[in-house]
Amino acid sequence: MTTPVPPDLEARGVTKRFGPLTALKDVHLHLRSGRFHALLGENGAGKSTLVKCIMGYYRPDGGEILLDRQPVTIRSPRDAQTFGIGMVYQQFTLIPNMTVLENLVISKARLNPVINWKEEQDQLTQFMAQMPFQVPLTALVSSLAAGEKQKVEILKQLALRNRILILDEPTSVLTPHEADEVLGHLRAMTLAQQLSVLIITHKLREVAAFADEVTVLRKGQFAGSGKVSEMKISQMAEMMVGSEITAKPKQRIENSTKTPKLLLRNIRVNDDIGVEVVRGVHLTIHEGEIVGVAGVSGNGQRELVEVLAGQRPATGGTIHVHDELYQPTRDNILRHKMFCLPEEPLQNTCVGRMSVAENLAFRNFDMEPHAVGGWLMNRPALRRSAHGLIERYNIKPPYPDTPIQSLSGGNVQRAVLARELSAEVNILVVANPCFGLDFLATEEIRLQIVAARNRGTAVLLVSEDLDEILELADRVVVMFNGQLVYETTSSGADLALIGRHMTGHST
Amino acid sequence: MEVGWWGVLIAVLGGAIRIGTPFLFVSLGECLTEKSGRINLGLEGTLVMGAMTGYAVALHSGSPWLGVLCAGLAGMTLGALHSWLCSFRRVNDIAVGIAMMLFGTGLAFFLGKPYIQPSAPRLPSIDLGGWSDVPQLSAALQINALFLLGVIVAIALGWMLKHTAWGLKVRVVGESADAARALGLPVDRIRIMSTALGGFLAGIGGSYLSLYYPFNWSEGLSSGQGLMAVALVIFARWKPVGCLWVSLLWGGAAALGPSLQSVGITGGYYIFNAIPYIMTLAVMIITCSPRRNLAGVPHELTVTR
Repeated sequence: MTTPVPPDLEARGVTKRFGPLTALKDVHLHLRSGRFHALLGENGAGKSTLVKCIMGYYRPDGGEILLDRQPVTIRSPRDAQTFGIGMVYQQFTLIPNMTVLENLVISKARLNPVINWKEEQDQLTQFMAQMPFQVPLTALVSSLAAGEKQKVEILKQLALRNRILILDEPTSVLTPHEADEVLGHLRAMTLAQQLSVLIITHKLREVAAFADEVTVLRKGQFAGSGKVSEMKISQMAEMMVGSEITAKPKQRIENSTKTPKLLLRNIRVNDDIGVEVVRGVHLTIHEGEIVGVAGVSGNGQRELVEVLAGQRPATGGTIHVHDELYQPTRDNILRHKMFCLPEEPLQNTCVGRMSVAENLAFRNFDMEPHAVGGWLMNRPALRRSAHGLIERYNIKPPYPDTPIQSLSGGNVQRAVLARELSAEVNILVVANPCFGLDFLATEEIRLQIVAARNRGTAVLLVSEDLDEILELADRVVVMFNGQLVYETTSSGADLALIGRHMTGHST
Repeated sequence: MEVGWWGVLIAVLGGAIRIGTPFLFVSLGECLTEKSGRINLGLEGTLVMGAMTGYAVALHSGSPWLGVLCAGLAGMTLGALHSWLCSFRRVNDIAVGIAMMLFGTGLAFFLGKPYIQPSAPRLPSIDLGGWSDVPQLSAALQINALFLLGVIVAIALGWMLKHTAWGLKVRVVGESADAARALGLPVDRIRIMSTALGGFLAGIGGSYLSLYYPFNWSEGLSSGQGLMAVALVIFARWKPVGCLWVSLLWGGAAALGPSLQSVGITGGYYIFNAIPYIMTLAVMIITCSPRRNLAGVPHELTVTR
């Protein structure tokens, strides 16, 4: 980092149309040298489109991009790199089966025909020594935690000598702690004038904590910008969602009954490669109660949920539902009304190419009125029920015949929730229900979960978002290394204590 | 009896090399192809085509080595055809592979009809066992130069995948086509090169069958080595040097029946001959468990297209 300050980047009056749809209309963005700038907006507000215009994925239909006040034409992401602009994508672009070193080396523009690994390693070690954070070079990427991977992605861009870093929702796959660490390092580098940072986000908390300046987009249009220090969070939120926002308090009904609904006793589960990742989980969930399982991802939560959903066999332990030993057969699922909303529902519980109506009917397609006599499908009835659910759960677009994979993430989530909650539910298992969703969708889905609780459903909520757990749960347990290591009520929760247990530093 | 058991061991080792050599070439070819992110099931057809081409060219030119080269080139052509077909959108490499397998064997049988009777010159072998007066040992140490070439290729391929830019690119393409495109790598071209080169190696493996052992050209020449290569590569964990050991293991297993027969144990002869197939089946069953992911599998192989 010997070169002078990072260049000044400006997008002026950028317009981008896709056919009849105008995705961006006359949008401005000014990333000043050495600043930490947040691009804020809801899903579909045009943030990604704007950034893709800057990176050269798209050619804007109007407006111009200026670097150090000179108009430039950026034709491709490679081109962007020659201008010193690098991007970290929402999904990791690292190769899991290769080491950090190999991943950093392949991203170099020029490779020697024969690679001298010793020399490459020495160079990168030197480079990394100047960075605020380090990652073990010889580690396999697949063995790294999400936060570490994100750091490698950033290092990759910095090793290419990029001075402007654009990050697309960099924290969506990170725990709050990891997010704070990564953003903190980026912030430090901007303060040292080594880097300009533009992050795309919809998390107001991160904007308030880390950004110098903010630009807000709403529905493809410029909605405002300014210095974060001079703005209130409520002001930014209003710019983001317009003035329609009204905070809906989550009304709870106090349940005095303590009827246990779901009993887990000493559950043990192996992961895909045969390693025991759930190592003796004991948990009781009562009627009308939300139990939140907090923890850093990769501590066995995914496998535990898969066992409860019947997608993975447990290697030990018992599940009791309503005082009965439970096996996840279709009959038992329907009899006990134990339903599940796993993470990534499109992959996990939907058939992407089947229609919304069909996906909505997975629980009851073979019953009256959807199936005449239990075997002959009644399509009009199927479509009628779908229409009802689409309306009740506000699924868009409201057409039962579209393939479910063409819906946006939030709408798939709503559809699955509609399916799982449409009938009476005794037990509901939800995992990261609001992952990657925008503000309004998140609110709606959380309200639905609390509403189910208030109707007496026992809810197991597994989430990597601690705020979500504290907002929704009655009781919080912390999962670490395959075991539940800590329990507290959410009203008496001590964040520091929970954080320590999440990272295994309890003693 | 003492000597007899030693004889069996020596015969198995000799057989491991003799029968394992075609396994070695075809599994190295498959290994390289799979490293680039595609499975070429057509290697069975490539092998047979290589055997026929090698035999025919050796017969006409009088040079078995020219036969080996032409067998490789024929294999390369088939490999290139496979990967070219696969580079179209929504074309599945497995389906193309099966078609190429049938195409390769069919074409070889069709073109090879006139070569069933005549006798081509045989590939020479190197006598490494001249010092020994034990006849079994000196017979087992009659090693074909192609085996030594195969050992060199295995080591070189392993080195290249790790230490050269070309090898790294092949692996990137095999692990993630998206990441490769983001790096500006020509995914299809790298795959075509890898598959063609893999076909070249498999073709050489075929010429070994017809020009050295069992040294003839007939329609029943290959006994599924091209298909079993897929299992071998899994067992070798996609490592070229691993392919060498696994090929020797399979070759040795195939030699067990005849070796035992040579000391007079004939019971269960057919069972012993089936051992390589049983081993292949076992590898497939063990590694295809839905509850496990394979360590080392190039990730693109697990993507369904």
